[in-house]
Amino acid sequence: MVCPNALNEVLDLLALHADAKVLAGGQSLVPMMNLRLVQPELLIDLNRVRGLSDISFADGELRIGAMVRQKALFGHPLVERHSPLIAAAMPHIGHVQTRNRGTIGGSIAHADPAAELPLVVAALNGTLVVQSKRGVRKISADSFFVDGLTTTLESDELLTEIRLPSAPVGISVAFREFARRHGDFAIASACVQLSDRELVAALGGVGGRPHICRDLSEAFSRGCPGSDRLSTLIAHEVGLLQPQSDLQASAEYRRHLACLALTKCLQQVMS
Amino acid sequence: MVLNCCVNGQAVWSDVEPRLLLSDFLRHTLRLTGTHVGCEMGACGACTVIVDGDAVRSCLIFAAQVDGADIRTVESLDSNGSMSLVQELFHRHHALQCGYCTSGFLMTITAALERGALPQSDEATREFLSGNICRCTGYQSIVDAVLELIR
Repeated sequence: MVCPNALNEVLDLLALHADAKVLAGGQSLVPMMNLRLVQPELLIDLNRVRGLSDISFADGELRIGAMVRQKALFGHPLVERHSPLIAAAMPHIGHVQTRNRGTIGGSIAHADPAAELPLVVAALNGTLVVQSKRGVRKISADSFFVDGLTTTLESDELLTEIRLPSAPVGISVAFREFARRHGDFAIASACVQLSDRELVAALGGVGGRPHICRDLSEAFSRGCPGSDRLSTLIAHEVGLLQPQSDLQASAEYRRHLACLALTKCLQQVMS
Repeated sequence: MVLNCCVNGQAVWSDVEPRLLLSDFLRHTLRLTGTHVGCEMGACGACTVIVDGDAVRSCLIFAAQVDGADIRTVESLDSNGSMSLVQELFHRHHALQCGYCTSGFLMTITAALERGALPQSDEATREFLSGNICRCTGYQSIVDAVLELIR
């Protein structure tokens, strides 16, 4: 394990060691190491790297450093003003002990299909700023998440910042999830943001990557659907999902919960 | 790797393997066995300690990462043989049976008490405690202890 202080040192190390893993909050990586599921050649600890923990607002975007801890997002005035959907998701993310260490960048780069932050960032189609010795790349969330624990991040690249478009005024947001225990990863989850211009919605835990409800948004762009039509649209989106069956839940049960979570979110933002 | 930190008010210097977890450092190197290891994968909360004022899972931090930090374990709670307020309330409400999870609960609650971040309702208390698993009490007595602490 090495504990560099500067971003340049991290990028040098990543360029040299293709098998290196970066350690952010460690709330997903260290359990996997404890279970010997991951045995990295080299661990690059980011916790002493300067300049990755700022939250700011510029050019109409909320900018969150990759090493911002989840506890710092909780109740942050800029997050509440510019990204109320993140604020709505926060109480569902982990437990007090994991939020004290866990980071936004770690959660997004890890890309657990049931995690809340990747879901919200995908729903809002945020921009992921990644850096390497080769330069800076800005990747839209839509092309960042590939599959479970898989992103388009290259082995020499580091996620350094998450940028989210500022939410329009007068929006309403909702986040719902079903988990075995409060704070655990979701069996199924949904998030919705409704403004007078558009609706964005996404489903989590029900496939390798967050499912963006494009057809639902498309329908809303032509006017607010009635309740019968809305049920049909929700059923259509849920029908597109290809969730996995595992020890926690069958694929069918996941679809059922996704339908319920999305319905409740829509009811909340439309009321 | 060189590790200089403060554990329960005492300066500690050690040369640690990079792979050594903080929980193992506390238990095996310092012999502070009050910190318990349950699942060793961040789910149960038994290993919770306070690092620089925050309750964290010591099985998910490497010892080398706490260089320069202030660490407190359950052994720091009593003073001259008398229990802390949180310990007193656990005793009064019978908020433990086998005791395996207790040190984790105590450290989680103590950190929140010191930060002024205790929950304010029954439901919020249950959410707040959701990062610690207890297999004996059914939680009611633990919730009762926290609710009295809030009052």
